[in-house]
Amino acid sequence: MRNNAGRGGIGLFAYAIFYLAFLYVPVLFLPLFSFNDSVFISFPLTGFTTQWYGQMLADGAMLHALGNSLQVGAIASLVSTMLAIPTAKALTRYRVPGGATILGIVNLSLFIPEIVLGISLLILLNTAGVPRSLATIMLGHIVVCVPFAITVLMSRFDGFDKNLEEASLDLGENGWMTFWRVTFPLVLPGIISSLLLSFMVSFDDFMIAFFLSGDEATLPIYIWGQMRFPYKLPAVLALGALILIVSTVLVVFAESLRSRGLKDRHKMVGA
Amino acid sequence: MSDEDFIRIDHVTKRFSGIAAVDDANLSIHRGEFFSLLGPSGCGKTTLLRMIAGFEFPAMGEIYVEGARITDVPPHLRPSNMVFQSYAIFPHLNVFDNIAYGLRRARLSKAELAGRVNDALAMIKLEGFGARRADELSGGQRQRVALARALVCRPKVLLLDEPLGALDKRLRESMQIELRQLQKSVGITFVFVTHDQEEALSMSDRIAVMSGGKILQIATPRVLYEQPNCREVADFIGTINFFDGRVVAPNTIDAGPLGTVRIASAEPAGAKILLALRPEKIALTADPVPNAIQGSVVAAAYLGERSHYTIAVPGRSEPVAVSGQNAEKIVTRGHAPGDTVYLSWAADAVVVLPCD
Repeated sequence: MRNNAGRGGIGLFAYAIFYLAFLYVPVLFLPLFSFNDSVFISFPLTGFTTQWYGQMLADGAMLHALGNSLQVGAIASLVSTMLAIPTAKALTRYRVPGGATILGIVNLSLFIPEIVLGISLLILLNTAGVPRSLATIMLGHIVVCVPFAITVLMSRFDGFDKNLEEASLDLGENGWMTFWRVTFPLVLPGIISSLLLSFMVSFDDFMIAFFLSGDEATLPIYIWGQMRFPYKLPAVLALGALILIVSTVLVVFAESLRSRGLKDRHKMVGA
Repeated sequence: MSDEDFIRIDHVTKRFSGIAAVDDANLSIHRGEFFSLLGPSGCGKTTLLRMIAGFEFPAMGEIYVEGARITDVPPHLRPSNMVFQSYAIFPHLNVFDNIAYGLRRARLSKAELAGRVNDALAMIKLEGFGARRADELSGGQRQRVALARALVCRPKVLLLDEPLGALDKRLRESMQIELRQLQKSVGITFVFVTHDQEEALSMSDRIAVMSGGKILQIATPRVLYEQPNCREVADFIGTINFFDGRVVAPNTIDAGPLGTVRIASAEPAGAKILLALRPEKIALTADPVPNAIQGSVVAAAYLGERSHYTIAVPGRSEPVAVSGQNAEKIVTRGHAPGDTVYLSWAADAVVVLPCD
């Protein structure tokens, strides 16, 4: 590190600081104004208060929307991870005919603009005569989450020696017990990582939910609706600040699980 | 079923994308035998082992263990256990749970389970290692745990896929001896895959030499070395000199630059044959002896207990390799490059091979 601390090093350092500031300073306004003693979001700050947090807790409709988002996120992440486990195992373990094409098609949906996906799903639901509800949002989120889950899980499945599963079969366990006694514990960090990332994708989503929601709103939809009422905004900031903290913790946790998995793998191979 | 046919590989062929990895393999492994599959990498030895284990299924042919056909039985229902080349120690379990893995299904009492595992730990001289994690073990220890994990299930057959390949030379040599002793004491039939001919010769009761998916010869180490049945086997096991020859009269062969050689051969007069002679069967003398051929030393390497010589023989393009025990103390020079020497050998030291 010290070797690089020449003039170029200082320039790079300044660039890195500027880059991080550009990324995170706007986000930090959220918790900052959530403690500001004024309805108006503007400088100078007028004083410290926690009343917006109280207001947030008193806002039944907002908490209801939060509950909806948690429910949709939990089910969407669970279902998409469960769908992704056998897919990731098949694509890494077996010679699937056209496996590369399948993976390409699955990953392609990551690049389809969400607005296109949202409209397409809406047309599909209307054509099929399915009424919009939280369930339709869940379905939309599963479509979006599955490629994420497959990507995360494949890197985990890729990591471990397939001889381990053969050793279990050889020692007398059938395929199902081998999955539970060997495969599952070894891919567990990947499964948790996949659950967390899928949950975040769902929780964060506005576009799909905007097209697919019925009477019940998820949190982003609800917040969008509240923007018309300036006096409600500080409570939204308070909630935003809490979500920011929780999601940061979750993502850091998910990433650390993923990289710990990779370190284990190097140890296994290196020994 | 006799003990001779404890494992029977009956005309087994396995293809991967149309290419035969194992081509019409036929062999019988005896009960309680230490049997090796030997050959260069890609010869099909591991594929054959994996078919006995049940990880691959033959395209044609049948496999029997103790007279029971197991050709398409899945691996978890087979009477064999395997030691993998990578050892495949479960990284999420400690040593005790690794060894106990195959016993959980047997629903033993806790005390009985602990007893079996501890006996296995004692057998591999790793008492007290039960709580260690896989990544806290050395290569040799992992190898022993893999061995114990397989043997604790009391299989009829133990399959070993190059289990010593990852160990350093010294450890490998001591494990060879240990493994051999272990096999004799437990009395289980071992099928051992290796590409290391010395390892196979020193450990095995019998060896099948494979090349290109085919089994070339099945014999005891002694016969394999002294009486190879074809050029490939002779060439793969140890060093050997080849000479082209033509039978001129019963037991008399015209071997070109070597002159006329008298050896025991049933080939008819006029047949072209291949003669093979191990370097250590050739005696080198500074003075002429009867029936010797003359040559000159090209290179000499002193290796302590023996010396290797490369000898040029007039009329022959390839030099002859000769190896001699240094039975007498050679403080001064032995045979040195440029010296004229005489090569002689016992008539029965020459191996006659079919010309291919």
